[in-house]
Amino acid sequence: MQDLINVFIKSAFIENMVLSYFLGMCSYLAVSKTVKTAFGLGLAVIFVLVITAPVNWLLHEYLLKEGALSFLGSSFAGVDLTFLKFIAFIAVIASMVQLVEMIIEKFSPALYNSLGIFLPLITVNCAILGTSLFMVQREYTLAESTFFGMGSGVGFFLAIVAIASIREKIRYSAVPPALRGLGIAFIITGLMGLAFMSLMGIKV
Amino acid sequence: MQALRNFLDSIEPAFKKNKFLHTVYDGFDTFLFAPKETTQGPGVHIRDGIDLKRTMVLVVLALQACLLFGMWNVGHQHYTALGLYPGLGEALFTKFSYGLLQMLPIIIVTHLVGLGIEFFFAAQKGHPIEEGFLVSAMLIPLIMPPDIPLWILSLAIAFAVIIAKEAFGGTGMNILNIALTARVFIFFAYPTEISGDTCWVAYDYNFLHKLFGMEGGTLQALGMAAVPEGGWISRVVDGFSGATPLGLAAKGGWDAVANATLPNGTAQYSLSNMFFGIIPGSIGETSKPAILIGLGMLIMSGIASWRIMLSMLAGAVVTGLLFNVIGGNAFMAVPFYYHLIIGSFLFAMVYMATDPVTAAQTQTGKLIYGFMIGVIGMIVRVLNPAYPEGWMLAILFLNVFAPTIDYFIYQRNIQRRLKRA
Repeated sequence: MQDLINVFIKSAFIENMVLSYFLGMCSYLAVSKTVKTAFGLGLAVIFVLVITAPVNWLLHEYLLKEGALSFLGSSFAGVDLTFLKFIAFIAVIASMVQLVEMIIEKFSPALYNSLGIFLPLITVNCAILGTSLFMVQREYTLAESTFFGMGSGVGFFLAIVAIASIREKIRYSAVPPALRGLGIAFIITGLMGLAFMSLMGIKV
Repeated sequence: MQALRNFLDSIEPAFKKNKFLHTVYDGFDTFLFAPKETTQGPGVHIRDGIDLKRTMVLVVLALQACLLFGMWNVGHQHYTALGLYPGLGEALFTKFSYGLLQMLPIIIVTHLVGLGIEFFFAAQKGHPIEEGFLVSAMLIPLIMPPDIPLWILSLAIAFAVIIAKEAFGGTGMNILNIALTARVFIFFAYPTEISGDTCWVAYDYNFLHKLFGMEGGTLQALGMAAVPEGGWISRVVDGFSGATPLGLAAKGGWDAVANATLPNGTAQYSLSNMFFGIIPGSIGETSKPAILIGLGMLIMSGIASWRIMLSMLAGAVVTGLLFNVIGGNAFMAVPFYYHLIIGSFLFAMVYMATDPVTAAQTQTGKLIYGFMIGVIGMIVRVLNPAYPEGWMLAILFLNVFAPTIDYFIYQRNIQRRLKRA
């Protein structure tokens, strides 16, 4: 259990997908103009990550990994399908995003409209594919992967909600014209990364 | 404030007699009470026309006690390390001048670099110069180790003022505390200069000390002919350690702190030494009475929020108690009340967390903000082996989330009013 909590804390705060790896920047910067949409997108990302991480883990463990197909017979023991990793993971992510899209459209049309193109674009959000790939690379177990997915999602949620509220706050600040918009958003991201380093090294 | 006004009015005649004294009186009077415009009659609009200048100057005044004590303490630690003048009252003037000359370059460089950048940006924008940097320029020297290299200091100040402040539009617009940004920059870019056991005492003599013959004086007092090879740090007397209580507690729990002794055999970290601040550390944060003087001034003038301070105290105490109950390792077992006097807790609480620009703006938000700083600061201090102290990082972390806290408080208020309508 302690191990799982460590994985969660590490992925949410210390190795935050956005602030430490700079993954998932496109939707992070584009949807963080208002807190309301950022909140919705953050929740959608958590949902997608919590489901895709374990599903992708199962997929990798029982279909793609070298020797994973040996249950079909000894002639399949040497088959290595890891080259299909990317396309398989993306397919799972895309179907999950479809599901989220339908749910949001049904229950909150306003949020659906304000998220616009960025909702289907979660599919190609590198934070989400990154989570699945990191999980394979670090050889997590199924439980660890689930917590890793949840942690990454919570980390993305925290980062996008924080930057959205900061951007709402500085909307009337006298930011130099050359830096308005994306320029200052990148500077804020860097400073947030500095602040998030406070938890580096923490272990339960 | 009314009591202060009455007091100033009552002493005015005494100061009027002498031209010089009256200038001093007038200066303080305008610092504290200009501009005077308030709404007439029973109106509720402007009770006290407090402006940026007054806010900033009051904080600078509140920091003077820390600064003066810091100067003496820098000298005291230096001579104690060399085995000279161990008594507290001994060689007061020498110790004070050593500290003064050690700090003068730091203070001057801070102002030159910071104000230079401010002037440049003000000229570019065609704005008048704002007083905002004066407080940061007073805070930055106080949170630095006494022998910080000046070029690193300049770099950190340039980073903090340009990236964390001017990019956001100047005074009052920044999201991270400027002084802490400067310190965190050094902390991550030049970690050896600002952590470890040797950086908290000034061992060497800078050019000003040499100019005033202080190095020669020390040589004479020690009966030596020339500066020892390997610098003064090699001449430190046996039994003196520059390790801070936090460094010791992280290694060996409270016993290690209580057992640390000075060369003359007395306890280095007795409770009274830690309370009065006669210990190695950052320049201005060691002395608790000096900080409490500032706390009184800030609360009385209403500039610092007592909500933040109180809730931060509560957060730290609750977390400390929780650690005591769990008691996983030696550091977690350190009684929670000791946490309040070791390290920079009090300084961070009074001067850093209460920064009105970067803290939460709503009253409820301030309570949450302060409490979270207390909790996260204790977690970083105790559970994080990578960093010895947590308050700087905890405050920056909550600076980032202060607008989020405010946002949800606003939303809650809007919902409540909608329901009432």
